[in-house]
Amino acid sequence: MADQRTTWSFYGGLRMDDHKALSTERPLQRMPMPARLILPLQQHIGHSAEPAVQVGEQVKKGQLVANAVDFVSAPLHAPTSGTVIEIGDRPIPHPSGLNDACIVIEADGQDAWAELPEPLPDYHAHSSAQLRERIRWAGIVGLGGAAFPTAAKVNTSGQRPIDSLIINAAECEPYITCDDALMRERAGDIVDGIVILRHLIDARECLIGIEDNKPEAIASLRQAITQSGQQDIEIVVVPSVYPSGGEKQLIQLLTGKAVPSHGLPSAVGVLCQNVATAAAIADAVLRGRPLIERIVTVTGHGVGQPGNFLVPLGTAADVLVQHAGGYTDRVHELIHGGPMMGFGLRDDRVPITKGTNCLLAASRDEAPPAEPERPCIRCGQCAEVCPAQLLPQQLFWYARARDFDKVQDYHLFDCIECGCCAYVCPAHIPLVHYYRFAKTEIWAQERDREKSDLARRRHEARQARLERLERQRKARLRKKKEALESKSGASDAVDPKKAAIEAAMQRAAAKKAAQQAAPSSED
Amino acid sequence: MITAVLTIAGLASLFGLILGYSAIRFRVEGDPIADQIDSLLPQTQCGQCAYAGCRPYAEAIAAGEAEINRCPPGGETTMIALAELLGRDPMPLEDEAAAEKPKSVAFIIEADCIGCTLCIQACPVDAIVGAAKQMHTVIEDECTGCDLCLPPCPVECIVMRPLEATPRTWRWPFPKEITAEAAHG
Ligand code: SF4
Ligand code: SF4
Repeated sequence: MADQRTTWSFYGGLRMDDHKALSTERPLQRMPMPARLILPLQQHIGHSAEPAVQVGEQVKKGQLVANAVDFVSAPLHAPTSGTVIEIGDRPIPHPSGLNDACIVIEADGQDAWAELPEPLPDYHAHSSAQLRERIRWAGIVGLGGAAFPTAAKVNTSGQRPIDSLIINAAECEPYITCDDALMRERAGDIVDGIVILRHLIDARECLIGIEDNKPEAIASLRQAITQSGQQDIEIVVVPSVYPSGGEKQLIQLLTGKAVPSHGLPSAVGVLCQNVATAAAIADAVLRGRPLIERIVTVTGHGVGQPGNFLVPLGTAADVLVQHAGGYTDRVHELIHGGPMMGFGLRDDRVPITKGTNCLLAASRDEAPPAEPERPCIRCGQCAEVCPAQLLPQQLFWYARARDFDKVQDYHLFDCIECGCCAYVCPAHIPLVHYYRFAKTEIWAQERDREKSDLARRRHEARQARLERLERQRKARLRKKKEALESKSGASDAVDPKKAAIEAAMQRAAAKKAAQQAAPSSED
Repeated sequence: MITAVLTIAGLASLFGLILGYSAIRFRVEGDPIADQIDSLLPQTQCGQCAYAGCRPYAEAIAAGEAEINRCPPGGETTMIALAELLGRDPMPLEDEAAAEKPKSVAFIIEADCIGCTLCIQACPVDAIVGAAKQMHTVIEDECTGCDLCLPPCPVECIVMRPLEATPRTWRWPFPKEITAEAAHG
């Protein structure tokens, strides 16, 4: 448990006011079960889940209500018992403000559990594949915000072996404290989850990366580690520099290894998991419980009693805000996520999903309206703070010019959208907005290309088919003709034809000559 | 004198050999220009360019017989890509109005369909399934929105429905420049 492990540093980043005390003053509270839960079928990166229930069906707490469709997908479970009252499009937390398919459950107030799978306290006796299957069944996704299906992420077979398991406890974005609250309250579960993960991927070492602004959480984790006897889990305290919790940044901080551009951490023998994901894994493996609730920070000067809440998935944001003391008259905007990477919600009836770590009810000072954009003065400040070591002003330039090849040459897809560049830009250019614009345009072009390739293939196949049919028709016609011809004249050789023509010509000439001769005699 | 001539001759043949070898070794598989043009066209196969499909139009462009501004589904983007590929000047689209139509897919009002198969014969990408006297359906993912199935339908039961954005296909809008007045007014 040596805390004196040397840490490295990552390029750029920002030191800023963390505003975390606002939500850590009150202890973690459990949100009472709301009357209605809305479960979007897509709460994760990858493919939407498919409903496994029908409208009108009774469900029990923890019952599977939607199936994962493939490897990169995650199932959903009912957060309480009740009735499925609707399967249809509803507003979801997404920057587009669009609706998407959701299962709506009306709670019956009983909160009665379904039959759950066997707990696996002897997880050591189970293979990695079995444990992965349990994690997959539980619908666990990365709870740090990215929401990538965990069972897919921990499937390291066929890759190089994992050296280091890194547990991301940095929680670097201002205002957000849900992981902090979890570490204070459930450090034991986190450690259990870590041990399972480590067994699962067979990692040589295990490091927990945490920012130095969370002393209580550090103490609580340390105690849990001692109690569990897993002394070789190392807590590495890192300075509070945003975005230390970015996956590549944390790996750099803890191991000094740089994940290559476009590469995954496994390329340098590292696997990263968030603390809350580790706790969810402990729930799934040791208790047979699916992921049906999570901790959400509700904070900002726009809410009456900021704090952390253990919230059933599917709770509407407005219901949660109401429970947290309701809006104050200073509220200006409700942000899903934090001030740097989050997005404004147009409708506060959207549900809490697996990826919701924070609701920030921001006052006007906390989310100031955008300043007018001025031309870039090429000051280079954005490049100084970019933790991905990109050239933000070049990215901006080419994104604005819609030069999507050039913008990718400047590694657009290595941008983690941390917002550091836009934060420091003296010209108030909404840099990240330009990058998001360029990314979604490029994805749309790729989709169009796939679609046009498919259309080309199908069109060519059709042309080939039509040509084949035409050839067959002609072949039949030819055969018929030949059959007719062979009946009429069987002895047609090459020469006779010529001879016939010549004979005809001779006949004609003779006739002509005869005609010419005849008149003179007649005259 | 003779040594100089021999040296030059020797050098010349050496470089000749190197060049000859490189020409074989580093040969670039020439992508016929019509293929490259075809790969930029949207493959809607709608014939709005007055050719029988995207490929014939690509061949006409390659042969210098057609302008690059005749593809409404491809719009500005395709025209500019073609201009870049061919080193021609960008030009206004021939049919601006057609280019602005939103992307759509065909939908058969199944209650009205009489199962005549005329639309199936018209579809350039075989995106309609059904058999004689059976109700027909459009495979949405494969429909290119070319409109070619509309005219043959004797009962007008095919409609074009605009494709709506979903959270998965939604695109961030281009950041609109905030002027000083807009920000404070
Ligand atoms: S948002 Fe992207 S470009 Fe800007 S600082 Fe962060 S990683 Fe760099
Ligand atoms: S910080 Fe803003 S003004 Fe300065 S170089 Fe970057 S984009 Fe330009």
